Amino acid sequence: MDIRQPQREQQRFSRRMVLALGLIAVMAAILLGQLLKIQVLQHPDYATQSTRNAIALLPIAPARGLILDRHGQVLADNRVTFTLAITPNTAGDLSDTIGRLRSVLPVSGDDLEAFQRDLGRSHPYQPVVIRRNLSAAELAAFAVHRHEFPGVELQARLKRFYPYGPLFAHVVGYVGHLTPADLDEASANHYAGIDYIGKNGLEAEYEEILRGEPGNQNVEVDARGRPLRTLRDTPPEQGENLTVTLDLALQQAAARAMGTHSGAVVALDPANGEVLVAYSSPAFDPNAFVDGLSGTAWAALQDDPATPMTNRFLRGAYPPGSTIKPFVALVALQNGVITPDEKLPGGATYQIPGSTHKYYDWKPGGHGAENLGEAIRDSNDVYFYQLAMRLGIARLSAGLAPFGFGKLAGIDLPGEAAAVLPSPEWLQRRYHQPWYQGQTVMVGIGQGYLLATPLQLARATAAIANGGKLVTPHLVRSNADIDNPADAIPQGIGLSAAAMSEVQAAMRAVVTSGTAHNLANDPNAIAAKTGTSQVRRARRNDAGRALTGDPTALQDHALFIAYAPADHPRIAVAVIVEHGGHGGSAAGPVARAVIDAYLQGSASPLPTPGATP
Amino acid sequence: MNWSRWLIRPWQRLDPALTTGILLLMAISLAVLYSSSQGNLGIVLQQSLRFGIAFTALLAIANTPPERLRAWAPFLYAIGLVLLAATLVAGHSYLGARRWLGIGPLSFQPSELMKLALPLFLAYYYAQQEHVQNWRAAITGFFVIGVPFLLIAKEPDLGTAGQIAAAGLFTMWLAGVRRRWFIGLIVIAAVSAPILWHFLHGYQKDRILTFLDPQRDPLGSGYHIIQSMIAVGSGGVFGKGWFNGTQVNLDFLPEAQTDFVFAGFAEEFGLVGVLFLIAVYLLIVLRGLAIAYESRDPFGRLIAGTLSLTFFLYVFINMGMTTGILPVVGVPLPLISYGGTAMLTFMVGLGILMSVHAHPRLHE
Repeated sequence: MDIRQPQREQQRFSRRMVLALGLIAVMAAILLGQLLKIQVLQHPDYATQSTRNAIALLPIAPARGLILDRHGQVLADNRVTFTLAITPNTAGDLSDTIGRLRSVLPVSGDDLEAFQRDLGRSHPYQPVVIRRNLSAAELAAFAVHRHEFPGVELQARLKRFYPYGPLFAHVVGYVGHLTPADLDEASANHYAGIDYIGKNGLEAEYEEILRGEPGNQNVEVDARGRPLRTLRDTPPEQGENLTVTLDLALQQAAARAMGTHSGAVVALDPANGEVLVAYSSPAFDPNAFVDGLSGTAWAALQDDPATPMTNRFLRGAYPPGSTIKPFVALVALQNGVITPDEKLPGGATYQIPGSTHKYYDWKPGGHGAENLGEAIRDSNDVYFYQLAMRLGIARLSAGLAPFGFGKLAGIDLPGEAAAVLPSPEWLQRRYHQPWYQGQTVMVGIGQGYLLATPLQLARATAAIANGGKLVTPHLVRSNADIDNPADAIPQGIGLSAAAMSEVQAAMRAVVTSGTAHNLANDPNAIAAKTGTSQVRRARRNDAGRALTGDPTALQDHALFIAYAPADHPRIAVAVIVEHGGHGGSAAGPVARAVIDAYLQGSASPLPTPGATP
Repeated sequence: MNWSRWLIRPWQRLDPALTTGILLLMAISLAVLYSSSQGNLGIVLQQSLRFGIAFTALLAIANTPPERLRAWAPFLYAIGLVLLAATLVAGHSYLGARRWLGIGPLSFQPSELMKLALPLFLAYYYAQQEHVQNWRAAITGFFVIGVPFLLIAKEPDLGTAGQIAAAGLFTMWLAGVRRRWFIGLIVIAAVSAPILWHFLHGYQKDRILTFLDPQRDPLGSGYHIIQSMIAVGSGGVFGKGWFNGTQVNLDFLPEAQTDFVFAGFAEEFGLVGVLFLIAVYLLIVLRGLAIAYESRDPFGRLIAGTLSLTFFLYVFINMGMTTGILPVVGVPLPLISYGGTAMLTFMVGLGILMSVHAHPRLHE
């Protein structure tokens, strides 16, 4: 029964062999199916992936264009710096490498933090920066030990350098490291290989011109990303140098004259709106931003009560105070509510008819009856209270608008503020309040809701200097590559020549015999208007006097607008010295320093750039 | 006439078809390795030397009568078990697995020996068994397979354990163990798979998950599969040409000379080359099955059939994992991959086939 049956066994073996053959056929069919799928059907797909694998586009960064002042002085430069980077998969044990590296040159906690952060974002075959800005001594120290550090390489890079440090911080701005937030998909390939992007000021405004276009090398790479041979080479398009209208010597004169005061200086060429000076004080060193500020340094800047990060000339909205008076006078003449010769009663105070509230003159006891020119010269508050009342807020507001108040000046810088030209409509819209006549009175002397930036004031001053044309302040002239709409022939704002010359003469009288007579002996015929604006921030007693405490914080802001020479104006200036006190004595000398430097200082040699690192 | 005994007769034992297949694979292997090593002649010479040694072993086995092989089988199996146990106790640990055993300056994987010893022993057992269809024959077979399977799985080397079990199951199948046992095994495996999942090591789960979705970790565990499929797929119908494979020559393809050698071949020679390669393998396998079929001796046909099927299984697993059909299990492509141990095993296996063919009459 269970005797071996070779015959049957043989048959069974054969049957099972057939099934085994079937298994082989199935396996072969599966293999063939898969091979047909990926080698024939999906071949184009895989071919693309294979090409993408093996061909890398190595970006070549362009050199960023320099920023030069009108005389060719370099305001933003590129310097070669040396950076140490570690390629993780060739360096081996990272903590050991860094530990040994630290015995050769210092690596700070911030460096390590940045290294760890970047490490997490990159492939192991990509070098990650561990130290920037190696000094000559560190460079030499590393060079000696180089062979001990496989995977650690020295890279030369161009780094932005601002030779004048804080001097142009608010106008030239600064570049900083490119972050993912800076890029959208469209712009990403314009930044291949580029480390920096303009974050502020001219650096940001003219980013595309300064940046250039990266080139690239089409190289065959191995799996570690090592280039093996170059297939095609597209050189980068270098960034273009940007010549701006600023004048180094003037900016330095302004900064020197401002000293440690907070405030701002703007100087324009009244003929065309070219910006000669744009200075905000205090400032910060933009070089510190290039490779990123540490958290503590950033906090220190943010918490500084002097707010060095605030761009006062562009965004500082100040009550213009008495510097508004020449403009109010022009509006009044234009509207025919007064003639140049009509004298208005003086006195220590002014009361709106039917009201008991008294508006004081700045001068105890006040002035006598004065005509328009005298009132500007003496900055007669009571005269301008009456003028404002005669005009009414509607005509006053509409008349000030053509000088650019309440509107963006249109300068080629990011972040400008429009400040405030108040009107009943504006008050209703903004605060849902009705307009009171008392507010009209205050606007007449540049207080109340009226706010202007130093840039707006300089622009308006230029309009008086050039005989009634509103320029658009700008830092860059139009040329073959740049179309700057601000650089256009200024349009007249429809003021009569007679009214203009009346106010111009009055502003000259301000210097010769008025509130700015401290500048009377200046060789350049300066025309000006002083201003003092009340500081809202300062606490005051019931009589309106500033309370004692921090002596400077409680003083009023000193303002000064000026142009020179009076007959053929070549420069218009607006100065504000925060808590400086009286406009003529505190802000006037700053304006004079700039004017003198411009009108007679052009022959003197330009100072050499400071050695700020 | 003494010289003919030593110089001519051994060669007469070589099967022409199998020998042709082996020589073709050898030529392909050297060509692929030369290209994937970017023209490293050292690697080619070393592989040639290994071919020489392995072929000498083949020659020796081909001239050994099957009855002698059958007589060795129990001892080989016993030695294999002892060495596997020794590996677990005293083996070299490499990447968390104990797979290597060192004897003096040499180190080898006992599981490699088991790849031949297990089918030899099972063929030995079933060839002398009178009642192949009873339950005792089935249980014994499962036990003979189970012990080395568990020892190797414990190393852990689940891939090799599975391959050895497959070889053993082929022998049982060809020997005529009842079908129900195989069906039962499949049912048990399917039911217990989710439970076994929990006993798998992290890397083993990883391999299976990666196989199901290579893109879940494209730079990590999915990298092998993705780069390998890019290599095969980009080869297209006619291939990129010898020495022109970018995947393999620019190091994108990992293990391009060992487990993933097929991807480099497919990239440079395309579907046409691959079809030729498969044809060569089928030539060997079908010839092996024919030898088994023709053999009148139970032991001879069992071992020949098993080794032929196993040989194709290796080809399938390797090509399957390279082209994304199977998870990465670390199986060399027979006679093409760089490396000596596996080649020796395959050659000895083919030597056994030739021995079976050359000694048709086995005395009872």
